[in-house]
Amino acid sequence: MIDNHILAPIFVQLFTAIIQLMFWRKTLTQRYLSVGGSLVGLMVAFRLFGRVKESGILTLNAANWDAPFGIVFVADLLSVTLVLLTSIACFAVSIFSSVGLSRQRMLYGYFPIFHFLIMGLHGAFLTGDIFNLYVYFEVIIISSFVLMTLGGRKAQLEGAVKYMAMNILASMFFLTGIGILYGITGSLNMADLSIRIQEVQNKALIGITSCFFIIGFGIKSAVFPLYYWLPSSYHTPPSAVAATFGGLLTKVGIYAMLRVFSLIFVPDEFTRTLLMVIAVLTIVTGAFGALIKTNIRRLFSYLIVCHIGFMVGGIAMFSKIALMGAVFYLIHDIMVKTNMFLIAGLIRQLGGTMDMGKLGGLYRDYPKISLLIAIVLFSLVGIPPLSGFWPKIFLFQEAFAQHQYFYVAALIIGSFVTLYVIAKMWSEVFWKNPPAPEEMENLFAPMPPYKRILMVLPIALMALVTLYIGLNAEAIVKVADIISTQLIDPSAYIDAVLGNKTD
Amino acid sequence: MKSAILQTATRYLLPILLLFSFFLLLRGHYYPGGGFVGGLVASIAFVLHSFANGTENTMKILRYKPLSLIPIGLAISAVSVTFPLLLGFPPMTGLWFEEPIPVIGMIGSALFFDLGVYLVVIGVVLTILFTIALND
Repeated sequence: MIDNHILAPIFVQLFTAIIQLMFWRKTLTQRYLSVGGSLVGLMVAFRLFGRVKESGILTLNAANWDAPFGIVFVADLLSVTLVLLTSIACFAVSIFSSVGLSRQRMLYGYFPIFHFLIMGLHGAFLTGDIFNLYVYFEVIIISSFVLMTLGGRKAQLEGAVKYMAMNILASMFFLTGIGILYGITGSLNMADLSIRIQEVQNKALIGITSCFFIIGFGIKSAVFPLYYWLPSSYHTPPSAVAATFGGLLTKVGIYAMLRVFSLIFVPDEFTRTLLMVIAVLTIVTGAFGALIKTNIRRLFSYLIVCHIGFMVGGIAMFSKIALMGAVFYLIHDIMVKTNMFLIAGLIRQLGGTMDMGKLGGLYRDYPKISLLIAIVLFSLVGIPPLSGFWPKIFLFQEAFAQHQYFYVAALIIGSFVTLYVIAKMWSEVFWKNPPAPEEMENLFAPMPPYKRILMVLPIALMALVTLYIGLNAEAIVKVADIISTQLIDPSAYIDAVLGNKTD
Repeated sequence: MKSAILQTATRYLLPILLLFSFFLLLRGHYYPGGGFVGGLVASIAFVLHSFANGTENTMKILRYKPLSLIPIGLAISAVSVTFPLLLGFPPMTGLWFEEPIPVIGMIGSALFFDLGVYLVVIGVVLTILFTIALND
């Protein structure tokens, strides 16, 4: 069904950014605009989600050019779910950054760039054209370069160089893949590609092309041999920026994989084995990397890598239940990982450092905040009935059904290591007696009360969403069920885009 | 670099180059040209002026900071993209006046999009170049 309003989330972010640019260097106005714009964006995303859930897939032909000739935007349930989650994360991060960020960074245009980044994320989720997907990837990485280097400390620049080099390489692979794909089929519309690719005789060429996409998206989502840029760059920017990156940017790679592998390159035996090997190695290396880290944010960065493997494994098994697990994990992961980095920022305010050895006694000083953080940490580990637990059931079930015992082993190792490092972090940061009062520099207590509330509020908000995902898992399972059905059988997507022009 | 020849030439070249950039902008929809090239030519006109007369003098004739052109240009483009929504068309649909206007030709939403690009390009190029020039 055609609906001309599905781009509203993009336009809300675009106009927020433009109006903020008009108030250049007026940081207070920019803060209000950012929170207000994010709130409007959240409401628009809720409405879009409701409409798509009610009336099925919505499409929009940009500039009134019919698919497959023009650029088409498609809002299916996977897209709008991710748009909704991004909007929630955007709202929380924008509140957090309005108090947790130095004025210096705001003066150099943190807020407009942040909203351009969110706009790019919305666009990547909503577009139905593979070249347009590339364009939105570029919007995302250009904005993220700026966010990463804002402030210009030496460590930041070092992290940004690695980040930039790897992401440009990823874009190059992605673009080359698109070029070859266009050469083979003569189309860029994903629904159209899905039909045309089946008529191509040269299957080996398609296999090679799919490898370009695996490498490109693999670098973006930080899977095994290509992940090392992530832990060496994500601990450098301020926490609000790291939260956006850690929670959302790697997940765009997973989204793109889900989209491309369900529509265009339906995985054959070779691709599945390849993805499974990548998934297992990603989980294991991420987990072992997390074991030895003492800086909280470096620890979380390795956990991101570890948990990306869970989702790639779900895609590798490519069955309905496996995809349900992967999609559910994606939903859970966006909320929890964004929150983890915000928590890291809060811990830094409370203790003045992110080194676990130098922290301690937070539970004694701030019992309520500690309990709030505990909810999020337990969700990450997957203590039943919290949100990390449910998707793992599906993944285990399908892994046993398909006799993927290496993956089962990796899942168990990954879960236990997560449990271990989080328990270690909890005892070091919250339970251990503080080393010496003069070593810990509390930046939180001298803040005015409204600022303290604004700093804890976004964490509480996202913890609530996480609790909802965990305790009302049935609703999420239903959504994941519809999404995975659409992914396994893309005919509804193709019909929605091409209508009756498929004959 | 103070040169009487360059200074005198620039006095005439600046308006001509600006006129040419505007010509490129208007012609851009069906022929080679458009907002991006037009914007580059217009910013070259100011760069030439700053070579001849010094960056401070160029900033004086501009009156406003080139940075402020960026949000204005972006806003014009964004409005021209979203305007068709109000009339029930998808975003970015080209809407045109029926009758051509003398000199300018056909006016449509694409022209306003290009105008936005033109302003953004001038803003970005001049901001970058002036920042570099003033740092030296």
